Amino acid sequence: MENVMTIDQGTRFKKGCQAGISIAIGYVPIALTFGLIAKTTGLSLGETVMMSMIVFAGASQYMSLSLLALGTGAFEIVLTTFIVNIRHFLMSASLNEKVEPDRTINRVIYSFGITDETFSVAAIQPGKLTTGFMFGLNLTAYLSWVIGSGVGFAIGAGLPQTLQQSMSIALYAMFIGLLVPSMKKSVKVVFLAALAACFNIIFTMTNFLSSGWAIVVATLLSAVLVEWVEGIKKKGQVSNVE
Amino acid sequence: MLSKEIVMMIIGMGIVTFIPRMLPFIMFRGKELPAFLQGVLKNVPYATLGALIFPAVFYIQEDIWYGVIGAGAAFIAAFLGANVIVVVMGSIAVLSAYSLFF
Repeated sequence: MENVMTIDQGTRFKKGCQAGISIAIGYVPIALTFGLIAKTTGLSLGETVMMSMIVFAGASQYMSLSLLALGTGAFEIVLTTFIVNIRHFLMSASLNEKVEPDRTINRVIYSFGITDETFSVAAIQPGKLTTGFMFGLNLTAYLSWVIGSGVGFAIGAGLPQTLQQSMSIALYAMFIGLLVPSMKKSVKVVFLAALAACFNIIFTMTNFLSSGWAIVVATLLSAVLVEWVEGIKKKGQVSNVE
Repeated sequence: MLSKEIVMMIIGMGIVTFIPRMLPFIMFRGKELPAFLQGVLKNVPYATLGALIFPAVFYIQEDIWYGVIGAGAAFIAAFLGANVIVVVMGSIAVLSAYSLFF
């Protein structure tokens, strides 16, 4: 029995790794550039790789470099990081509803690897999420990020400029590739995505909220509104039947 | 070479990033949330994707057409049923062709 379980988790782990490949394609150019900019900002190789290993959150790492270059203090940088990354709370809360029951320690370990990208890939999977899948997915993304940062620092260069430019679409193309099949199946998904996009565009354009908060608020507004409208419609149908 | 101040800062950044990622798995463990809240959390992935794509995709390069063409190519490929890796590679290829000509 024990053996069967391990083999099962093994194949799930592999599936997770495969699902992580499109994330890795998107992460590598960004990680190389991060390593390069870290070097020009004056970090050492050890510090650069350590930051990617311990923080593992692209946007906030980039932000910390520009703040360091401006001479901002460590405390302010940590605070900014917290604000930028608080959106992961919402993603973890959503995934918590979808993962298979397992020991808390396993969940805490794979939760370390939740990013915009790993969350998106995991959340779109059909059915329950297994621990093996989560480990495979997050580890693939993690390694591409950490190794990419180190290599970018060491070779002191990103990819050739034209390739770098065209690869900047990679993560967005992945998001679109994840979203569109669900949009085809459900009008609700179309509304959820379009509404959140509109809110986020408005918040960003008007500078009403910083980009970290804009995504959180836009997502929540859209998710709550659509759920609320759906609830009203269902109630209406029930009372019509009555 | 590691400077102590930078290392402390990195550890601080790591802690404040990890807490929001990990907390829901402990806070909501084995708890049955109210049905409305469960519905909202099920909606979150699709709403998040919308907010992650727009407006950021327009700003990937100074030339806004990069984002428009790349996103358009990805949308068409995905709509035709291509899997995610093909969508990613396809839109990179389209943009490579675009940057060759413009």
